[in-house]
Amino acid sequence: MLNNQGRPTQPEAASGETIAHKTFTGNRGLQTHEPLIFETGRNDVTGVDIDEPEEFTPRLGAMLRKATIDLPGLSEPEAMRHYVRLSQKNYAIDAGLYPLGSCTMKHNPRLNEKMARLPGLSDIHPLQPQSTVQGALALIDELANWLMEITGTHAVAMSPKAGAHGETCGMMAIKAAIEARGEGATRNVVLVPESAHGTNPATAALIGYSVRSIRADASGTVRVADVKAALGPDVAAIMLTNPNTCGLFEKDIVEIAEAVHEAGGYFYCDGANLNAIMGKVRPGDLGIDAMHINLHKTFSTPHGGGGPGAGPVVLSQALAPFAPVPFVAKDEGGHSLIEHAEGSQSFGRMTAFHGQMGMFVRALTYMLSHGGDGLRQASEDAVLSANYIRACLKDIMSGPFVEQPCMHEVVFDDAWLKGTGVTTLDFAKAMIDEGYHPMTMYFPLVVHGAMLIEPTESESLASLDLFIMTLRDMAFRARRGEAERFTQAPYFAPMRRLDETRAARQPVLRWTKPETVQVEAVAAE
Amino acid sequence: MRYLPLTEQDRGMMLQRIGVESIDDLFADIPAAKRLQARLDLPKHKSEMEVERIMSGFAARNVPADSQPFFIGAGAYKHHVPASVDHLIQRSEFLTSYTPYQPEISQGTLQMLFEFQTQVANLTAMEVANASMYDGSTGCTEAVLMAHRITRRHKAVLSGALHPHYADVVVSTSHMANARVDRLPPDVSADEDILARIDADTSCVVVQTPDFFGNLRDLSAIAEKCHEHGALLIAVFTEAVSLGLVEPAGAMGADIVVGEGQSIGNGLNFGGPYVGLFATRQKYLRQMPGRLAGQTVDADNERGFVLTLSTREQHIRREKATSNICTNSGLCALAFSIHMSLLGETGLRKLAKVNHANAVKLADMLAGVKGVEVLNETFFNEFTIRVPGKAADAVEKLAGQGILAGVPVSRLLPDAGLDDLMLVASTEANTDADRRALADALKGM
Repeated sequence: MLNNQGRPTQPEAASGETIAHKTFTGNRGLQTHEPLIFETGRNDVTGVDIDEPEEFTPRLGAMLRKATIDLPGLSEPEAMRHYVRLSQKNYAIDAGLYPLGSCTMKHNPRLNEKMARLPGLSDIHPLQPQSTVQGALALIDELANWLMEITGTHAVAMSPKAGAHGETCGMMAIKAAIEARGEGATRNVVLVPESAHGTNPATAALIGYSVRSIRADASGTVRVADVKAALGPDVAAIMLTNPNTCGLFEKDIVEIAEAVHEAGGYFYCDGANLNAIMGKVRPGDLGIDAMHINLHKTFSTPHGGGGPGAGPVVLSQALAPFAPVPFVAKDEGGHSLIEHAEGSQSFGRMTAFHGQMGMFVRALTYMLSHGGDGLRQASEDAVLSANYIRACLKDIMSGPFVEQPCMHEVVFDDAWLKGTGVTTLDFAKAMIDEGYHPMTMYFPLVVHGAMLIEPTESESLASLDLFIMTLRDMAFRARRGEAERFTQAPYFAPMRRLDETRAARQPVLRWTKPETVQVEAVAAE
Repeated sequence: MRYLPLTEQDRGMMLQRIGVESIDDLFADIPAAKRLQARLDLPKHKSEMEVERIMSGFAARNVPADSQPFFIGAGAYKHHVPASVDHLIQRSEFLTSYTPYQPEISQGTLQMLFEFQTQVANLTAMEVANASMYDGSTGCTEAVLMAHRITRRHKAVLSGALHPHYADVVVSTSHMANARVDRLPPDVSADEDILARIDADTSCVVVQTPDFFGNLRDLSAIAEKCHEHGALLIAVFTEAVSLGLVEPAGAMGADIVVGEGQSIGNGLNFGGPYVGLFATRQKYLRQMPGRLAGQTVDADNERGFVLTLSTREQHIRREKATSNICTNSGLCALAFSIHMSLLGETGLRKLAKVNHANAVKLADMLAGVKGVEVLNETFFNEFTIRVPGKAADAVEKLAGQGILAGVPVSRLLPDAGLDDLMLVASTEANTDADRRALADALKGM
């Protein structure tokens, strides 16, 4: 059928195979090759208009920068196009289900972004006179109150910049408390389960502790007997994630906390998975002493392609005196910021200024939007969705720990792929062809070929069902012997599989002018 | 609840499919005695409009930098950010993606990080840079720990003109990591004898330029002495724009250059999120903390980028990792990189020149105010003045008159006997009228 300009409005019926011819540009429709700014930009182009200042006598002494810096510039239209084209090569929550276990890729409300850009919240300096930032201090105080109520704790250190930084903060508070008891020299071991996030042992090591590993038993959780066996007068703390990285609630947690306390240690809880339990149980009631909260996970401040995050740490009464500066205090005159540790037991300072204010604004916006009722509903829906996925896949994909319900994420192993020639990695890469971001792979380490799926509360039932049907179809095909569909995947992503070994063996971590690259390549040979 | 797509009917159907009676059956592993019986003592959910009203209420009780003559710096600076930067970082594909662990569908973030690393390396005149740290202060501490790993020594010497918060973070962390810190007393006029502190136990020397009091420092002699003694020189900056005009530490022999990148692309945000810049020599690459994007090819031999050298990182190395850092500052790094691409070399140099010119104008103006003394011989866009009486009182009084004048040194160094000193910054965001207002107000004190 032709319209009245003679322009075809229906495609010709496709005949047979799709033609995969090369295009002149190398682009394929909306999938474009985007050069580096160093290949297109020019040092004498700029996208910012700045007037040359009037003549003046510089006060730089002998420190004027003379040599070329080599920073290419782009006009605004070129910049827009470069970054928009780059963005189109990224998967995102806004584009689809992002079942990355342990990462809590939930919807990021745009109201958060709007509030974070109110000039009264974004355009204020951390060292303005406190009388000119009373609203900011009140906001931090309000967020702290919500965090303490949700977790059932008594104090919160707001300044840590991300989860691992929060872990460092919590563990430093523990170390300070132990030193204050005069046991700094003797308590130098931290217990960490095998299933823990890598940040946990790394944090313990960072502050001078040695790590004693605790096994997870066949049920995927830590047994109080194993903890007791590892406890001793040399133990400073245990670091335990709850719900844990296998997506299970640590049933013995109260007994574990009691045993650790009895042995004179502290209980650090990794709060990465708080999203499962809001309004259902409060970690403070379970006996924890410190727990970081990833505002970028549970409270939807965006992940931003890898940060910025925020990792406030809630503290028990025992640890509260050791919290770092700064913190907000309140009296009848208003809010004030305590910025110096002198004369207190505070262990000192974690960062310049007062923490991730931009993230605080987003997190509080999210909390106010949800309210206490909505937060609990969010946790319930997250747990419900994970269990629904498990129920719908358990006949075709195998998984450990089936005796107890999972929390907000479900882990499968790779036993069901045995003999198919398809690995967990292959299966994950084939999900990309189906339009999904893969689940977390090969984590937790205690599950062979682990596939950790966390749907969050942000998916509709139709979305969950399509995801489930897709995985079922894929599993069926893997078992039927269609290995090639997996082992070479992805076929339809902006790029095929990348050579990570080459990247690590011959690191190229910055752009250099092509002639320099060639010289280096020759030299390397 | 506008963010939750499941309906009551959906939930009922799903529970049935799972084979349980009620949602609480899925929480059965929580010890019964500890389950929360009452509701959280928190208000109920709210509409967008209601939330906006509350948040605007908080905002209304603050004085934004743009609303008054504004001269506050001391590690965070008021600069103009082009409108396109904030638009681009709000692209869903940048804003709502995770760390690029699946490179086939993360090339946008990975290529951007590769470009960012190159920009940072060039800006600092170093060989390699990482994909960002949380901020300058935490990056500084990571640099000290890295130097300890490389030298297998455990004493850091900190200049007395290193930003006091940065020094505080190094001190707190070092104490915990059983490392030593030799922190020099506050050095207002860049005449400390740091060379005398370098010995065979020294792992690294940490010096800032432009320093906390605004002075520019030639680091060459310090670098030389460090290297004679097998120690590393860590150079710090808190004002990235200065690198458009001031000799970079990489050209003066620094081994690690670390700094705050907030000035480019990122707003003040009351102290965060910011972006730490971290660069070093190629030979120290494998001891560098944080994520790295590297170039490689895909199965079709097309150029692409991946996160690389992750064998340094916590998720592989666990307690043997170079750092526990996991999340970095991706979106702030993107803002930095976009703004830097827009500026280009021409724009950055001009921007830096305007900053310096404005600060020179202000310094000349304030030097003419009776009772006010400008202490710096050299500076970039920030310098130290001595005022009659306490600087903290002056700042408070000027705030009452609608001028955000500067930072009293005593706010960061309360017991240093420097109560009459104030840091004053003037960027491209200030007008002649702003500067005149400050000078006039100081005259009236």
